[in-house]
Amino acid sequence: MIKIGNAQFWVHDQDEALAFYTKKLGWEVKADVKMESWAFRWLCVGPPGDDGPGLVLMPVPGPPMLDGADSAKLAELVAKGAGGTLFLETDDLQAAYDDWSARGVAFNDPPTKQAYGIDTSFRDPSGNNIRLTQVLDFDPGRG
Amino acid sequence: MANVPAARHLLRAKDLADARYFEPLAVADLAAAAGLSPAHFSRQFKAAFGESPHQYLLTRRLERASALLRATDWSVAAVCFAVGAQSLGSFTVSFHRVFGMTPLAYRAANPPAESHLRIPRCVALAYGRPQNRTFREDKAASPA
Repeated sequence: MIKIGNAQFWVHDQDEALAFYTKKLGWEVKADVKMESWAFRWLCVGPPGDDGPGLVLMPVPGPPMLDGADSAKLAELVAKGAGGTLFLETDDLQAAYDDWSARGVAFNDPPTKQAYGIDTSFRDPSGNNIRLTQVLDFDPGRG
Repeated sequence: MANVPAARHLLRAKDLADARYFEPLAVADLAAAAGLSPAHFSRQFKAAFGESPHQYLLTRRLERASALLRATDWSVAAVCFAVGAQSLGSFTVSFHRVFGMTPLAYRAANPPAESHLRIPRCVALAYGRPQNRTFREDKAASPA
């Protein structure tokens, strides 16, 4: 059997990302350790009570992983929303929407009925997309 | 809203403590979430859940603090404030009372976070690779 261990987003600033995921979303820090010898910081967060995959927040890398121009391009692509999407599921989307809205999370769309359930989305400070879905019995007439 | 058991309102307060423990929550905030006066609320909460709301919130914070001491390299002060404790002194005292040792002793008694991080090999390979002095000298040498 294969399962997903962790997923990863590129972020522009790890401190900014950490504040967003913990203070606004209320997520827990799964790990935050600086590897001094590499100038690298392993930062992993996840929703409270979820022992499933964590979200690793990695800084846009510089040389020698990427040269300066590529590093800047990657940072810009993430800022343009091309970084990818994290798909979250909840059993009470409206509660999460109300709570996070009150915490200052700017949603891109209100809870919207889809054939597969109800969903909404928002972005992290770097521009990474996060989709929140409450899965319901499939109903082509609902969407 | 008819026939809602009173405990349902108390559970709202418990959920708030679980979810927003890292904010400067006080018993008054929890009481407000349950829609009760603080004194009445504390008695009701204790009757329902076996401990006072203050103790519940404190142990929620201490549980998170112990996890952060094991999983991060943050200072004790950073851990204290990250879990919503307002005073480093009383945080340390509470921690000692519950865990039987200081936060630093607790961290020392557990394997260092760095030793049990499951950092994928590709990350070690990418970030641990030293930069050669000739990296991108092709572009640096060519005229703009």
